[in-house]
Amino acid sequence: MQVIITVIGTDKVGIIAAVTTKLAALNVNILDVSQTIMQGAFTMMLLAQLPEAAAFTSTKAELQDLGTSIGVDVKIARQEIFDAMHKL
Amino acid sequence: METQQIKETIQMISEENLDIRTITMGLSLLDCITGDSKTTAQKIYAKITTQAAQLVPVADAIENEFGIPIVNKRLSVTPVALLAGSDPHPNFPLFAKAMDAAAKAVNVDLIGGYSATVQAGCTPADKALMASIPEALAATERVCSSVNVGSTRNGLNMDAVKIMGEVVKQVAAIDPVNAMKLVVFANAVEDNPFMAGAFWGVSEGDVAINTGVSGPGVVQRAIADRPDASFEEICEIIKQTAFKVSRMGQFVGKVAAERLHVPFNIVDLSLAPTPARGDSVAEILETLGLSHVGTPGTTAALALLNDAVKKGGVMAAERVGGLSGAFIPVSEDANMIKAAEAGQISLEKLEAMTAVCSVGLDMVAIPGDTPATTIAGMIADEAAIGMINNKTTAVRVIPVPGKTVGDSINFGGLFGRAPIMAVNDGDASSFVSRGGQIPAPIHSFKN
Repeated sequence: MQVIITVIGTDKVGIIAAVTTKLAALNVNILDVSQTIMQGAFTMMLLAQLPEAAAFTSTKAELQDLGTSIGVDVKIARQEIFDAMHKL
Repeated sequence: METQQIKETIQMISEENLDIRTITMGLSLLDCITGDSKTTAQKIYAKITTQAAQLVPVADAIENEFGIPIVNKRLSVTPVALLAGSDPHPNFPLFAKAMDAAAKAVNVDLIGGYSATVQAGCTPADKALMASIPEALAATERVCSSVNVGSTRNGLNMDAVKIMGEVVKQVAAIDPVNAMKLVVFANAVEDNPFMAGAFWGVSEGDVAINTGVSGPGVVQRAIADRPDASFEEICEIIKQTAFKVSRMGQFVGKVAAERLHVPFNIVDLSLAPTPARGDSVAEILETLGLSHVGTPGTTAALALLNDAVKKGGVMAAERVGGLSGAFIPVSEDANMIKAAEAGQISLEKLEAMTAVCSVGLDMVAIPGDTPATTIAGMIADEAAIGMINNKTTAVRVIPVPGKTVGDSINFGGLFGRAPIMAVNDGDASSFVSRGGQIPAPIHSFKN
């Protein structure tokens, strides 16, 4: 299952490291990544592949817990929803 | 990875209140008819709890996986007046209770279809159902009722209009909150997923999924960014936004139907407001350049909005249906409430607006001493607008006992609050009591 993970928050040291370390621990493969500062906010987007056996809900919960602990907003959604809205 | 598009989608959902307003499962109850009310009620309960058992779990899973809120999960069923069968004294409230119990068992928010379609005349069962509406709505929590009293092809059933004026009064006399669950239609559509007017027409299949999308906030933000845009440019912005919003409805409906192993029917592309900040249709009209909703220009602004929403949405969905346009309920729209409280919008202006948008006089609180014949007159006016203009119109007014202009009623949550609006104090009783049918208009003869 391909997912889009977005990480938005106040910029500080170690956000990318914390998120990618967590993804590695969850065996989630990163396919594409983009990071920038948008309107003053740290904004990272990742296209990732969840392992076959991974439960979406528990992965989501782990990432949101991580977001809370490092003070950023982490969202994860299946990639098809973005294609549905924008691609003809 | 299109980061700008991803950001736009996330912003629409998290900041601009984009949501799937409803996934509504349409369910035929024609195979529950037995001719014995008790047995029919048991079959109604059994069919709903079997067919709709997975609706809420599937909707919750989609919400979780795709990150798009699905606000309501609902059911619409065959108009209950048709379920009497050969029973000469059908116990309709028993059916309402079975529907209510089944809705609770499968955890849906509302179930629509305690309905009759009487635009060309009433059967004894239709009359019995209309008479039972006050009792049925008082005895249940999640059941919604609607009666279609007119159509472009059939004209207006003025006997039914008069009855429904009285029924609205009786419903509100028991509890004004119950009146929110009753709509009187002209040109009602059979696949509408929105409440309180949803029912599942007899020409529909056994079971199917319908979705209703919403997102007034998304449209408002898009046009707010372009204060100097011409009307052509504004319409383009609305069309593009409506397209994106409707694609969500198409996608989510398709996924839900696949997972439930039932056909996907229609997407209703409506802008349905809630009292939440930034979720207002009136605010869109004000953003177009009106000081407040109700100002001269409001009807034109609403007409362009409604039309552009439809144009943007039709290409986004395989099949479009339902009401598809802008809703203008008073109590469910923060800026509409504000304008009504300030006396900037009147019932007459709202009536004019209903000629160009997708519904009618919706969620309007009126003085409790408004005569039933005056309410019947309001229903007749709205139905006439629908009949002549080939569109759906509706009346969902709430005569609040003991309250008058200057007071207000609070419905709580998504239903908002409504200031009591002034009603013309003329007398329509002789007109509505003439009896009979206003014939279909000349442009209905197309054969």
